[in-house]
Amino acid sequence: MIPAATAAPGVAATWRPTPAARVPVPLVVLVAVLGTAPWWLPAVGLYPYLGVEIAVWMVYAMGYNLLLGHSGLPSFGHGAFFGIGAYGFGLVQKHLAANLWIDLAAAVLVAALAGAIVAAFISHRRGIYYALLTIAFGQVAWFVAIKWHSVTGGEDGLLNLKRLPADFGFVAFDLKSNEALIAFVLVALALVVFGCWRIVHSRYGRALACVRQNETRARFVGYPVWRLKFSIFVVASSIAGFAGALFAMAQQSAYPNVMSLHQSGLVVMMVLVGGGLVSFWGPLVGAAFFILARDLLGAYTETWLFWYGLVFMALVLFKPEGLAGIGRDLAARWRARKA
Amino acid sequence: MALFEARGLHKRFGDRVVLESIDLAFQAGTLTGIMGPNGAGKTTCFHCMTGFHRPSRGRILLDGEDIGALKPHEIVARGVARSFQAISLFDADTVLDNVVVALPQVRERAADAWGDLARDSEAQDRAAAVLARVGLAGRERAKAKDLAYGERRALEIALALASGPRILFLDEPTSGLGPDGTARLAELVAELKRSLTLVVIEHDMRFLFGLADTIAVIHWGQVIAGGTPQALRDNPWVARSALAEVAC
Repeated sequence: MIPAATAAPGVAATWRPTPAARVPVPLVVLVAVLGTAPWWLPAVGLYPYLGVEIAVWMVYAMGYNLLLGHSGLPSFGHGAFFGIGAYGFGLVQKHLAANLWIDLAAAVLVAALAGAIVAAFISHRRGIYYALLTIAFGQVAWFVAIKWHSVTGGEDGLLNLKRLPADFGFVAFDLKSNEALIAFVLVALALVVFGCWRIVHSRYGRALACVRQNETRARFVGYPVWRLKFSIFVVASSIAGFAGALFAMAQQSAYPNVMSLHQSGLVVMMVLVGGGLVSFWGPLVGAAFFILARDLLGAYTETWLFWYGLVFMALVLFKPEGLAGIGRDLAARWRARKA
Repeated sequence: MALFEARGLHKRFGDRVVLESIDLAFQAGTLTGIMGPNGAGKTTCFHCMTGFHRPSRGRILLDGEDIGALKPHEIVARGVARSFQAISLFDADTVLDNVVVALPQVRERAADAWGDLARDSEAQDRAAAVLARVGLAGRERAKAKDLAYGERRALEIALALASGPRILFLDEPTSGLGPDGTARLAELVAELKRSLTLVVIEHDMRFLFGLADTIAVIHWGQVIAGGTPQALRDNPWVARSALAEVAC
């Protein structure tokens, strides 16, 4: 039944949403866990480079989830921007300026530009058409990377990239060791996670969530939906490019494989398995779970991806909210038992 | 001059003509009803007037400005709001959040990617005032998807009101409501009529004839009759039609 209307004097809301924490606790935990990784990883039989790789994929997954989980925009060729960032980093380092900041900035800018070009073509689409177009553009980028030998190095890619020092003018940090690189990538990850946290809780983030839920309604309460979809694609592409640059730095090379459809699918799996559709923190969980599964399962069997695929299928079928959803359920059960 | 006008409005989808030479004018501060049988073109007419569809031909004028080529968000910014036949909300959000995002002060700063919207207590109070106006005071915390059907209708009207309209288009607002719900909605619409220009598509003739200042009848994509409710009652075409039972 439609409610009876009452007079509307100077009304105050009887309930208000809880503001987002200025510094979220899970981010502090993340920094503590990854920041101490060089010490505890060898103790549990793993190697320090694993920490670097997990942090890089976390950067990538967090940015990607702004698109998929938060804005409901299924980009299935996102590896293109990761690869473009890696190549941008490598090419600028080799041919223009061997300076870490310039190389990273170039990677972000090139990925943002590529993202803007793709977004200009796809932002008026949604659903399956949007997804198919992102796959098509991703395949184009991958094909160009393989065939444009003179620039990209073909299937071999760009080799012998350097881990340049982080030079702040008054002090410079050498990043050649994995331990130092973990610290650097961790700072980058913390900045990206914090930035994403602010975006998600901002007016811009709320508008994107409206687009995800009901694009037509968002349009008819006055939001410029095309512009919102365009801009978040550029932001997510930039972050993917940044992650790609960190990856090229870690691997000391940039190669076309990271742009393949298969590799683009990995970040989707990370986000979905982690629970990015329901939790801001899901992509971090998913990225760590994937890399750890690869190394731990991979130590026992070459068919580790088969077993990971089964986990993915089981989650999609029985717990689409992913690992974050399972964690949420367990916490609720624990709270109920405690009460 | 009318606040809102459609002049020579045509709409075709492929070779199918849905609207043909529609001329409508809505005076400020009035409630205009639009009625007609299913498939007559009423909703398509609404879609064209609010930017959902671009007209194939003709002009849409708001206060003399041609808005026919504008995008929906540009039309909303000029003070045109609407509801949909199938209720359209942000279902996963709370009732309060649904209204907050529709406020001009929030949507005009949609590029702000830093400030926490949940800390904007002024916007929340404004939204609460809109909710009180439509009878949803105290329901701020509920999720839109958990509301009863009538409450969802009221919330959709609240979203439209929150956007700060000068003219409000309601597409079959009583659809799915029982007699009590329809009576409550009639009270709400009568209250809104005091401060807004309203255009209402409606199949419930008692509802429409009780509230409208003027009514236009659309059939086969054309306006076939129009005028005050009394003039329509006196119209021989209406008297001979199925509308006569409720209209007269």
